[in-house]
Parts: sequence; C-alpha cells; structure tokens
Amino acid sequence: MTEHSEVLNQGETHAAHVHRDDEGSKMAMWLFLFTELLLFGGLFLLYGAYRFEYADGFKVAAAEMNSFIGAVNTIILLTSSLSVALSIAAMQRNQKKLALAMLWFTILCGIGFLINKYFEWSHEIHNGVYPGGPGLENMSNGEVLYFGLYYVMTGLHGLHVIIGLIFISFIMVFIARDKITSTNFQKLENAGLYWHLVDVIWIFLFPLFYLLH
Amino acid sequence: MSEQTQTAELTTGQAHASGHGDEHAAGHGHMVSYGTYFIVWLGLVALTAITVTIAGIHLGSLTLIAAMLIAAVKTTLVGYHFMHIKYDNVIIKVFILVCLVIFLTFWILTFSDLSFR
Repeated sequence: MTEHSEVLNQGETHAAHVHRDDEGSKMAMWLFLFTELLLFGGLFLLYGAYRFEYADGFKVAAAEMNSFIGAVNTIILLTSSLSVALSIAAMQRNQKKLALAMLWFTILCGIGFLINKYFEWSHEIHNGVYPGGPGLENMSNGEVLYFGLYYVMTGLHGLHVIIGLIFISFIMVFIARDKITSTNFQKLENAGLYWHLVDVIWIFLFPLFYLLH
Repeated sequence: MSEQTQTAELTTGQAHASGHGDEHAAGHGHMVSYGTYFIVWLGLVALTAITVTIAGIHLGSLTLIAAMLIAAVKTTLVGYHFMHIKYDNVIIKVFILVCLVIFLTFWILTFSDLSFR
C-alpha cells in the first residue's frame, strides 16, 4: 500500500489511476472454469454410469469411430494450447507481433479442429446416426446411448471451441489497439485459461469416445 | 509510459500485500522460456502416441485405467505449465483442489451406488 501511495504522489493525478486487480480477475476466471468443469463433469459421470451398464454396446459403437481423425484433432488442440501459452510468453517480452501471430495460429488450429469435426459428424449423419435416424433402428440400447452422449459431449465441446475462438479474436483486437500490453495482459491470460480448459476436456473425450473398443 | 510504471508498481505492491514477497506470487512476475513450453508440448504429443498405442493392444479393463491415467498426467501438464498453476497463489491451488475433491466425491458416490445395486 505504501508503494502505491508513493507512486500517486509522484506527480500522478487521481484521474490517471485506473483500478486493476489481476489476481481477482484470474480468480474469477478460475471460478467460471469450475462451473465448466462441473458441467462437463456431469456428462462424464453420465458416460461412466451408462458405460458401466452397457459396456458391450459402448465397445461396439466406439469401434465405428475413426480414431485417426480423433488423434489428429488431439494433436491440433495440443498444438493450439502451446501457441496460446507462447503468445502469453511473447506478450510478457513485449513482442506484440509474435503474440498476435501465435493467436492467429491458434485460431487456424481451432478452425481446423471444427472442419474435422464437421466431416466426422457428416459421416455419422450420412450413415443415419442421428435422433430418430434409420441408423439407430438396428442398434442396441448401449450403442444408441453412446451416440447420444457422443453428439451431446462433442457438440458441447465444439461450441466451447467456437466461443474460445470468439474470445481469442476479441483479445487480438485488444492487443492490436495496445489495450493489452507487456504489463497488462490478464485478459490474454484468461483467454488462455479458457482455451486450455477446452483442450483438457478433449484430452478426456478422445480416449473415451475413440479408443476404447 | 508513466501509467505503465504505475501499474507495474501496483502489481508488485499487491504481491507484497498478499504475503508472498517472492516473484512467483504474482503470475506476471515469472517468465517461462519458449523452450520449456515446447518440451511440455512434446511430452503431451508423446503421451497421446502412447495412449493410441496402448489402445491398440487388447489389455481388457486395463486399457480404460491406462487411458484415464495418461489423460490425468496430460491434464496435470497442461494445468501446471500452460495454465500457470505452478506460479499461482496458494488460494487458487486450494480452490482447484476443493473442486477436484467435490468432483471425485460425485464419482465415488455414483459408482458405489451402481456397483452394489
């Protein structure tokens, strides 16, 4: 507190003082992430409970998944997480252009992920696997439940990827306008936290839906 | 420029006020090298490759356990390094722990119900 008032006395007017609490901002972001964790956590719990009861159906359904696309998407998201982390590191070092380039790369990765997801879903829908679709008629209860969870969980995750991309786009505008600087980048850090959470959720979705057969 | 200096001073001031004099207290004070992030990323990619390989071998119920353990390790890597939990205040670490314990409780309660029906 003493340092604060000293700085104010050194010719700074009260009008120039902008209240900022980075630690509080970060904590608020984490609290929000906890609600996200419980949102997805509930769905993971549902997956766990149904998998426990319909183990065979789940295995049959998971065998139909293209684990190659799933693995590619995992690498894409992990790499985008790296670029967000690098962007923050670049911002700390006042390398504005590098920080922006890393965020552009992140956005490209996010779009690439969504394109893969689009092809995947198109393939499933083409096979008649959608609510009330002909593909479900010959399936066991376990398989139907698997695909229900598959659409809801990867769909909700995909929605988070889209929100993350919008979040990062806003952050890029802030950086371009020097609203985010090497000493004031908590907004970028929060966007990073959100993006990493999206990555973490996929880290669990990938083995649960693509690999366990 | 003067405003930036002021905020920098403020950040230092907050770090001291929260009772942690070291630079790690405020996440901003710590700079992680680009190389460290690349190494963490390499680790994450390697773990993904291991998950895919293990899933190819038929290990029965062990496959699920192995996959979840690897996913947990990957999450820890992302959280600790990319999300900077390593440099976060103790209070945030405690919050995360409480959240995870609540989450784990849900799982234990649900599965103890399912298993003994």
